[in-house]
Formats: sequence, C-alpha cells, structure tokens
Amino acid sequence: MNKPRVAFFDFASCEGCELQIANLEEEILDLIEIVEVVSFREVMKEHSDDYDIAFVEGSIMRPMDEERLKRIRSNAKILVAFGACATIGGVNKIRNQWQPEEVLRDVYGDVDLKGNKFFDVFKTKAVDEVVKVDYYIYGCPPPRDEIKKVITALVMGKKPEIPNYPVCVECKKNENVCLFELGKFCLGPITRAGCNAICPSNGRACDGCRGILSEPDTKCVEDILKRYNLTYDELKHRFTIFNYRREEER
Amino acid sequence: MSKDISINVEHVTRVEGHGNIVLNVKDGRIEKIEWQVSEAPRFFEAMLRGRNYWELQPITSRICGICSIGHSLASLKATEDAFGIEISEQTYALRHLAINAENMQSHILHIGYLAAPDLFGVGSVFPLVNSHHRDALLKIVKLHRLANEMSDLICGRTTHPLTLVVGGFSKIPSERQLVELKGQLNDNKGTLREIAGAIKEVADRLPDFSRETEFIALSSDKEYALYEGVITSTDTGKHIDYRNYRDVLQEYIVPQSTAKYAKHARESYMVGALARFNINSRQLSSDALEIADLFELKPICYNPFMNTIAQIIEIMHNIDDSIDWIDFLLDRGLKDEKPVDFRVKEGRGVGLVEVPRGLLVHDYTFDEYGKCVKANCIIPTNQNHGNIQKDMEAFVPQILDKPEKEIELNLEMLVRAYDPCISCSTHYLNIEFIR
Repeated sequence: MNKPRVAFFDFASCEGCELQIANLEEEILDLIEIVEVVSFREVMKEHSDDYDIAFVEGSIMRPMDEERLKRIRSNAKILVAFGACATIGGVNKIRNQWQPEEVLRDVYGDVDLKGNKFFDVFKTKAVDEVVKVDYYIYGCPPPRDEIKKVITALVMGKKPEIPNYPVCVECKKNENVCLFELGKFCLGPITRAGCNAICPSNGRACDGCRGILSEPDTKCVEDILKRYNLTYDELKHRFTIFNYRREEER
Repeated sequence: MSKDISINVEHVTRVEGHGNIVLNVKDGRIEKIEWQVSEAPRFFEAMLRGRNYWELQPITSRICGICSIGHSLASLKATEDAFGIEISEQTYALRHLAINAENMQSHILHIGYLAAPDLFGVGSVFPLVNSHHRDALLKIVKLHRLANEMSDLICGRTTHPLTLVVGGFSKIPSERQLVELKGQLNDNKGTLREIAGAIKEVADRLPDFSRETEFIALSSDKEYALYEGVITSTDTGKHIDYRNYRDVLQEYIVPQSTAKYAKHARESYMVGALARFNINSRQLSSDALEIADLFELKPICYNPFMNTIAQIIEIMHNIDDSIDWIDFLLDRGLKDEKPVDFRVKEGRGVGLVEVPRGLLVHDYTFDEYGKCVKANCIIPTNQNHGNIQKDMEAFVPQILDKPEKEIELNLEMLVRAYDPCISCSTHYLNIEFIR
C-alpha cells in the first residue's frame, strides 16, 4: 500500500496546532510510518504540491490568502481544517465586530495602506467560508489524541468520529465540581466535547474553542442562566472569544 | 569576482511564521540585501479593546503557540502591576517552573528540529529517523517530551496554558508529582549532555562570523533573569524605570516588513539566549557553564550563530534552576491556596519577561471596571529583525565567493539562528509608515 502523501499549511494563526504534531514526541516516528509528509514549512525545507491530504491551520484574512487556499484545495483530495482559527475563525474573529477599515485605522493609524497586498484585509473567515472542508479537527489547540485518531482514520479510509455532545459529559466523568457552582461562566453546556474537559478540569471555565454544538440544548441554557442569575448579554460576550460568527448568526 | 546572484527565498522554512530573504548581486556588486517579513497582521491590539482583565491572558496567549506561557506570564504581570497585586511565594516559585519549562521546550525544538538539520546536512528531522543520527534524534525527542510534560503538569497544558491566572494558580501539582518531575529532570541532565556532545561534533558547520552589536536582556541580582529583572544593555548598563521601557526598546518601521524593527544605542540590537548569556552568564549553574566550556563560549560573543549554543547552555540551567525551585516548594510544603484577593482599579501596568527569544513586554491600561482600554506589546523577534538585516549586510560580502546555493543556505541558517517567531512579531503591531 502506498503511504498517503500529507501536507501541512498555515494561515493567520499562532502555529500552535502544527506544534501539536511536534508534541506527539516519539509517536511522530509511528506517524511517518503510515504517511509521507511532503510539505510542512515550519519543520522541513522540502516542498511538494503533490499531496493527498492537506491539513490547514489558521484563518483567512486577505485575497492573497484566499488564492493560496484555493490552490491547496485543488491539489488535495482531502482537506482538513485544523484547529480553532481554521474551523471556526477563533480569536481572529474578535475583530469582526468592527469593519476592517476601522481596525486598520485603529492599529496602524492614519496611514495610506492602499495597494499594499499584505494589508488588504477583509473580515476574518474560517476555512469553510472559502473552500469545501472535508473534515474538522477542533480546539485551541486540538488535543493530540484527536489528531492521531483523525489521521489514523483517514489513512484507513474511514470517516473520523468527532463528538457532538457537550463538554459537560466529559467534565462530569472527570468528577469536577460544576464551575457555575464556583461562580464562573462556563460554555461547557453548549460546546462540542472531545477535549476531555481540559479547561474545567484545570479550574478554568470553558471558552468554547471547539465550537458550539450543531444542536445546543437551548432550554438547558435558559435554565442555567436563570438558576445562576446570569444574563443573556454575558453569554453573548463569552461567545465572542472563539465563536464570533456563531454568536452573530443567532 | 564578477558574478550575478539572485536569491529569493520566499517563506524561509523551519522558522515560526513567514519571512523572505532577497539578495541581488550584479557583476559582483551587491544591489539588494533584504530580510522581509510578510506575515499576515492579526490586530491583537484591537482584539483586546474593551475586554475584561481576566480575558487578556487567554487571548494574548494565542499570539504565539510556542511561547504562549511567556505571553501569559507577561500578561498576568502587567495586569497585576496595574492593580497592585502581590503574588504569593508559592505562585512566584511555580511561575519560575512554568517559565523554565517553556524555555526548555522552545529551545530544544529549535536546536533539534529547526537548526540541527542544517548541521547534519539534511532538509528536516525526518531523514534523521533512519540515519546514524537516529540516536541523537531520539534523545532530542525525549528531552522535548520532558519539557512538555513539565508544562502540562505546572500549566495544565503545554500550548496555551490553563492554570496561570491573575493573582495565582487555578490548579497546582501535588508534592508527589513534583518529586517525580525532579527525578526526571535529574535523569535527563545526561540526555542533554549527550545532545550537546552530538551537536559539538558538527558545530564546526556553524559559520565563523562576528559583528559587534548591542545586547539587551533583563538582569537580576537574585538569579539568571527570566521571570523578572531590570532591562540591561551591554552598551549602556541598567535601565531601572521599567514603565519607560520605550526609552530603550525604540521601535521603528521599515517598508519591507509587516513587523516593526527596533534600535537603542546603535543601529540595531539583539535579544535572546545569546544576549542573556552575554549579560548574565556568571549566574548560570555550574553544569550549564560546563556546557559553555565544551563549546568554548565566553561573554561577550558577537557570533549570532552561537545563539543556538547559548540555548543548549540555558536548558541545563533551566533544569538545575527547576530542581532548586522544586526543593524549595517541597521544603516549605505545598499549600492549597486560592489566587490572592484584589480590587480592580483604573491605571496602567507593565509586565516584562524573558521568553525563549528574548525580552517581551505587555503594557495595558484599564478603566475603573477592569476593562482594557489600551494595550501594547513588544515582541522579542521584532527587536531582532534589525539585527538580522545588519548581520546579513555584513555577512554577505564575506561569503560572496561561495556557490549561490551555499550563500542561500548560510543566510537561511543566519535567520534560523535567531529562532525568529514571526507570527508573534506581526501579531501585535501598531505600525506607522515613514513615507
């Protein structure tokens, strides 16, 4: 069997998702037994445009990024959006509450940036707002176990299974005290699980980095807001760290 | 020697972020040497506007995947400075462990995965897996894993830490876990010595190039400064007034870069492991100094390629320093303490930290409700861009008679020696173009 040819690409991001590949430690050796890595700028000099699976990290901010992403899409048989910036826009979408011209002026002052392609920014887009995405690896950063699971499934020609139940399920299993009881505003009840509730398990409220469930239990959310005397505005604000688009659509 | 060279490395590989090298030579005359930064700006400054003080750490952590612990600590220190928060002795000790863990993780990643392939004559670490360097590679992976496990233990996670919060920790390790960590740190000193030995064998491939420049790093009477200290320059000495850091770290704009450059006493300066070594080497642990001896590295060293060697030395110091802090914590006993109580107030706070690539500053202004109204960050890599450019200008004439491919490799190696974190350097800029 020929090894699938795999490539990693990064757009606007912290490159922390790609770092999770290095963080697989000794298991990288197993990984390169089952796939052939043909492009990965952050760690290798070699590059090839001939690949089967493309992992794309980061958000899309500029026409020049869109063009590059479309080229990647046309080269790849399978495209995987990798991490929060790619899957849901992540923190890069915080600025979408303002117009790009406004943000540019705010950060760069009254400077004429017309014609400079590096600064030709539109509102931040997730990868699937530009091209078709076949699979998603969620999280900021994605858990290493999930990365391994998805890659293994793809190599075996299977569809990767990603949870579509709330973080609370995993949090309960870890026997944590509910963070609402501790006076924190946790997005666990409506956020996709798969992270083993890592934030609540470390005493931190969930920020929703894995995205909102496709069918969140709105009744449950209403109950929680009522029971803990919280407002819908606070909930909306909590959304805007990682889920600006989702919040906007509501 | 009348030849034409046209080098255009778009997106230098094995560095964090996107940068280009351009070199044009016509009839043996250098027409253009440029280190360009083309990374997409991310507007973090705008992102922080109106955010609650407790959201600044999780957001600014996302500036950089590799040095997210350093950004988190600079962020917390700035916030604590603004609100007048005094952290506990235990938090102070645990934060030292956090910063050591990140320094080790980032340095070994750079030494092993990004810089070493050039020394071993390959394009990435992957070909090393089935070569006679496999053993050295496995040791690098082992040390990288230890550094990450240490971050997991202290910070809850290695990329984008969880337990670091304003005023303390949201969760702390157990004494048993600290004892285990200490054992592993001790065990891995041998691993690091073996890695240093393997690098020593190929260290003659590091170009012999020196250019006098200014070095800037934090320094402290108490320790080899990482977590805190006073801004110190090899040219001008100590600058005590940390809130006026802009007097020293003077940023400016160049047209070929979406990141800022910086200068102080000269046309450029350098920050990072070599700068820290040059300023503070007398405070390194004795085992770290032994590695310095192995490579015959002495302050002041003006060869930027030796930055990678300074990183190896620092890892040994990080291990020794961590063992000391673990002993300190075990002696006094871990307390199940909550983050300290405080009241938010209007005002400004500045946090300075030495992160793997050098001096990092976070500077926030808050309103009376603890919402951020203004933010500024000075990133180590920004401070190094100017020095990279000046090094290139001095280095190219020395290597001009080499084949084009070799010149290109040498320039890539120069950029990699600085271990630039380009996504960091463009994620927080506040550019004003000079027209």
